[in-house]
Amino acid sequence: MKKLKLNKHLQDNLITIGIVVVGYILVMIFSATGLLSNLLQGLLVPLCAYIILAVSLNLTVGILGELSLGHAGFMCVGAFTSAFFSRCTENTITFAPLRFLIALLIGAACAALVGFLIGMPVLRLKGDYLAIVTLAFGEIIKNIVNVLFIGKDSNGFHFSMKDSLSLNMEADGDVIINGAQGITGTPKDSNFTIGVILIILTLLIVLNLIHSRDGRAIMSIRDNLIAAESVGIHITKYKLMAFTSSASLAGVAGVLYSHNLNSLMATPKNFGYNMSIMILVFVVLGGIGNIRGSVIAAVILTLLPELLRGLNDYRMLIYSVVLIVMMLYNWAPNMIAIRKRFANRFNKKKEVS
Amino acid sequence: MALLDVEHLSISFGGLHAVDDFSVSIEKGQLYGLIGPNGAGKTTVFNLLTGVYAPDEGFIRLDGTDITRLKTIEINQAGIARTFQNIRLFKELSVLDNVKVGLHNKFHYSTVEGLLRMPRYFKMENQMNERAMELLKVFDLDRQADYLASNLPYGKQRKLEIARALATDPKLLLLDEPAAGMNPNETGELMETIRFVRDHFDMTILLIEHDMKLVSGICEKLTVLTSAVYYVRATPRRSSTIRKSSPHIWVNKTGYDIGGITCHYWRYMI
Repeated sequence: MKKLKLNKHLQDNLITIGIVVVGYILVMIFSATGLLSNLLQGLLVPLCAYIILAVSLNLTVGILGELSLGHAGFMCVGAFTSAFFSRCTENTITFAPLRFLIALLIGAACAALVGFLIGMPVLRLKGDYLAIVTLAFGEIIKNIVNVLFIGKDSNGFHFSMKDSLSLNMEADGDVIINGAQGITGTPKDSNFTIGVILIILTLLIVLNLIHSRDGRAIMSIRDNLIAAESVGIHITKYKLMAFTSSASLAGVAGVLYSHNLNSLMATPKNFGYNMSIMILVFVVLGGIGNIRGSVIAAVILTLLPELLRGLNDYRMLIYSVVLIVMMLYNWAPNMIAIRKRFANRFNKKKEVS
Repeated sequence: MALLDVEHLSISFGGLHAVDDFSVSIEKGQLYGLIGPNGAGKTTVFNLLTGVYAPDEGFIRLDGTDITRLKTIEINQAGIARTFQNIRLFKELSVLDNVKVGLHNKFHYSTVEGLLRMPRYFKMENQMNERAMELLKVFDLDRQADYLASNLPYGKQRKLEIARALATDPKLLLLDEPAAGMNPNETGELMETIRFVRDHFDMTILLIEHDMKLVSGICEKLTVLTSAVYYVRATPRRSSTIRKSSPHIWVNKTGYDIGGITCHYWRYMI
């Protein structure tokens, strides 16, 4: 009985990770046989980043039960800090995997730190304040990055918030972060395989967290804060733990994303409000609190607009219809009842045979 | 020495004296009742005892240590666990996990050990499962361990809430209207359960209740909170089968009526 319970979790987790592995193998076969268009090939690494983002946001929205509307902001922090590091050490650390590993840790740590600083005052409050604060944070961080100028020359680092000329650098100076033009020339250290490995790591972290003592505490806060407090759960501590982990994983997604681009800019399209909402759509349509659903929704909703590109004008129409169908499938009461009935029938058959 | 010592406890919200100069002393192993009409401040007393509100005046001592103005979590760790008038379960968690949240502070392993699935994780999780199943068995919930808590019938949800409170290994258990919304059958069963909890876990229990059958049936001592201004302590005479005398509650007003039982006045304190 008890053994069975542990195994059930394990089985569920293995299925989720199995889906990712099968997807990876399929893509590898497709690309080897040349069935993958250039466009899709370019989309693979961002897709991995989106999956990680969706899973990490599900930790905040589904498991902790708080709404975050600025998840792209944490991705932005991770992307820029790690790209900055890689750009600086491009010539000193020549072994790319090691450089990427350190960049990954830096990106994750910086995003976690920012998440912690934001969460500390906000998560003490009871109510939907996190949504408002993260919404503002997402916009602020993007704008800060857009006016940031950092350069490096033989004297060390130079910093300005005006323009690249006011950095006052020597002749050998090199502008690393160039305001709205962002960071150019980041070494291309990430690829699809690394992306998939990071997805699996993220899944392991999130799923193992959920099925542990800490995860139970976090979910108990989501379900009933007053009762959780009455049985001795430290509310702020666990809220902060969940939110910080979520932010740090978003930072990981940012690292993956930035090391795939030659020129990294903070535009509304990649780190803005729309992006945050996009990730939230992945989470909501995949099922709040359903990690596997987030992965699947992220894949479908990222690839769909690209796959439908041939249909030109009807592309967004079909996309929106798919959104509605997914929403109905996951949330309509009748649909839930039908799915339950099917699941029961399926289970019964299994028992009989 | 009494397990719980409350003296001169007062709190007011604005101009309303919700609890005014409330004192009570509960011995170890006692089944103590707190009754009174709606709005008398019974639940406020519970909220004061569990640190939801900080009292304006007075102090609370549990087993000789002062727990006045401690935080809810600290009070729980000091040894007071409670249930709620309107059931507060972790609805989306399984019945087993509900109890395991209650065991949170009794079995420790670090986050890293949990994330990396180190041996200690499995050892502690197994111990937690065993302990939780033991508790569920006591309340006849072991066969529903995998159900979502929200899928349990009402009576079982009440029991699960008690099981979860007991999982924190308290010295004193506070039950806030455990029989609310139950039919006479369920109430009868609940009385058995409460008595069983007291004997089996050697527990001290303080309960709020409107159901006079339950109160006079199992409580050994009572405090009647009438309005916030005055209250009375009394001993209910055990009903029918036990002592063959009708239940009495002594209150300060002639013919004061609680739950259909006419009470005689005896003494009161202001």
